[in-house]
Amino acid sequence: MNDAALDDRILAEHRDYLLRYAIYRLRDEDLAEEAVQDTLLAALQAKGGFAAQSSIKTWLTGILKHKIVDAQRRACRDPLLLDSREDEEGDAAGDLDSLFDKNGHWGSDGPRPWANPEAALEQGDFWRVYEMCTERLPKRTAMVFAMRESLGYDIEEICQNLDITATNCSVLLYRARLGLRHCLEKNWFGMEAQGE
Amino acid sequence: MMKCNEAARAISDGLDRKLNLVTRMQLRMHLFICHYCSDFFTQSRFLRQAAKQDAARKSATEE
Repeated sequence: MNDAALDDRILAEHRDYLLRYAIYRLRDEDLAEEAVQDTLLAALQAKGGFAAQSSIKTWLTGILKHKIVDAQRRACRDPLLLDSREDEEGDAAGDLDSLFDKNGHWGSDGPRPWANPEAALEQGDFWRVYEMCTERLPKRTAMVFAMRESLGYDIEEICQNLDITATNCSVLLYRARLGLRHCLEKNWFGMEAQGE
Repeated sequence: MMKCNEAARAISDGLDRKLNLVTRMQLRMHLFICHYCSDFFTQSRFLRQAAKQDAARKSATEE
């Protein structure tokens, strides 16, 4: 459609934004670069699809989101990205058992109350710690957590997209929550309590 | 009686799907007496809030 004329120049204008978006979602520059390339290519091939959309940026971001899911799916099948702790299928979350004693009680690293967590959300320093903690998670665990909690996908959608079983997905989410909780308590909420 | 490792897993699963009635009742009883798991429950919900806000924060700075 002519009124939605898309050319290389217009696409180039949005490229930086798309790349930043993809890097944030994928946490990997090569994968992000690839997803953006695929997006721009798809956009050029499907100019007509743009007509009904509110803005080029929204439309491109929509395509990019699909490309990001494709990239995540490919990355999850890449054996190099598989953390040894993530190898086991199903419910064999062996490493998590170390958090609990032989009677199934929390060990010495068990949860402590956090003082005023809502206030932390307003502090820049908290977000730096949060970021560090998410980066410490194994890649696939972090990816599943982001799909579930940041993007709001349900378990079935995550299973389909990443080609994993529902049980495996639940184990990864459980592991992400335990890991993030532990890291935030060690590096933020626990520190606060000591300072008081 | 549900143990902490079972309760923690049920807490996490409960954030992603509806638990069956028996598990829900067992979990509720466990949370009533166990402050560790109650904290884990609160913290897991906080992580959800934080992850959402993190995404919103990132896309806001990108606009």
